Amino acid sequence: MVIRSSSWATKSAWLLAKDLKCEFRTRYALNAILMFALTTLVVVSFSFGASSLSSRLISSLLWLVIFFSSMSGLAQVFVKEEESRTVNVLKLVATPSTVFLGKFLFNLFLLLLLEIVIVPLFIILMNLSILNLWLFLSVLLLGSLGLVCATTIIAAIISKAHVKGALFAVLSFPILLPLLITAIDGTRLSLEGEAFSAGWGDLRLLISYVVVMFVASLLLFDFVWSE
Amino acid sequence: MISLEVRNLGKWFGKRKVFAEIIFSLQEKSSLIVTGKNGSGKTTLLKIICGLISPTKGEVLIGENGKNLTRDESKDLFGLVMPDLELYGELTALENLVFLSRIRGLNTDKNELSEKIARVGLAERENDLVFSFSSGMKQRLKYAFAWLNDPKILILDEPTANLDQEGISLVDQIISSQKESGILILATNEKADLKYGDQIIQLGN
Repeated sequence: MVIRSSSWATKSAWLLAKDLKCEFRTRYALNAILMFALTTLVVVSFSFGASSLSSRLISSLLWLVIFFSSMSGLAQVFVKEEESRTVNVLKLVATPSTVFLGKFLFNLFLLLLLEIVIVPLFIILMNLSILNLWLFLSVLLLGSLGLVCATTIIAAIISKAHVKGALFAVLSFPILLPLLITAIDGTRLSLEGEAFSAGWGDLRLLISYVVVMFVASLLLFDFVWSE
Repeated sequence: MISLEVRNLGKWFGKRKVFAEIIFSLQEKSSLIVTGKNGSGKTTLLKIICGLISPTKGEVLIGENGKNLTRDESKDLFGLVMPDLELYGELTALENLVFLSRIRGLNTDKNELSEKIARVGLAERENDLVFSFSSGMKQRLKYAFAWLNDPKILILDEPTANLDQEGISLVDQIISSQKESGILILATNEKADLKYGDQIIQLGN
């Protein structure tokens, strides 16, 4: 007996579960992200670890590590479907919105996993004390959400191109620049121990970026995915 | 009652014309064979029909009981087997069918899915990763996938590619059963397959 059911969210959860299962069996993106992040982190800590750096420079370094690590892994989410020629089966069985949400959640999972490893290491190696932890965590979470929104749609756009790596960086940079500048500033304020209200301006900008980017990506994805 | 109508279909990749002015219509219990040399656009035509790519010109109308369906609505009617369509190598045969049925919104239970796998002769390998399958076994699994939703429109591109004699007999049964219940579209250059078609289109002329 065949019964048709399931919501958009349930189907996206199935796609997320499939991607996680495939990822943990092959570690296709996870290895790339973690190795890049660890290498960059070690280089940064050896170069600057003992010096006393300004909080602006430290927050820039943290977001540089997160940005370049995500560049190396988050694009794989669609590239892998194209390269293994499973993209047609996915197009046949799932609606574009289901695919976008599933891939978005998968990239978010990867990035949060990366941050769980990399941020405590960064704090230890750079001998940091975070004076406003809640502001720091809020900026980190919102910055990550924005990063994932933008990289997911860009990954879909570049998956059909021949020079994927270069194109991914070129397209990502201008789109992510406002996000990175705001996230770096918010992180700086949290390191300097400013009150939550002082960082509210940055948080509002980050929230706006996430909402605009998520909605725009969802609307645009239908066109990107259909051809 | 399902119907499929193709009106003035044309496809260009940049300046290169693949085909133009393709016209045909199919009703339930009818079939179409698409033939033509390599590069004539057989696979492209099939992909346009099932909505995987868009035509440059013309349209494909899928109707159910006299009502035209949207592209998303009609997706559920299709079963598809083609070389360009691969299943997930990192999943087992059963995991593939569970995932693909759930994301399609089907609540088919695991026993039924196992039966579909057994029907294509892969019962003993249902828990093996698809990576480890031979190309013939992968082709058989694609037929199990195409059966997931009991398709009203079955599209087969090079249906017997990589199959042994037993597999070819299986395809024979599938084609005969589809011709009795729905619409069948088959792209092939095998002369033996021409007998399956009520209509034949030759591309590349």
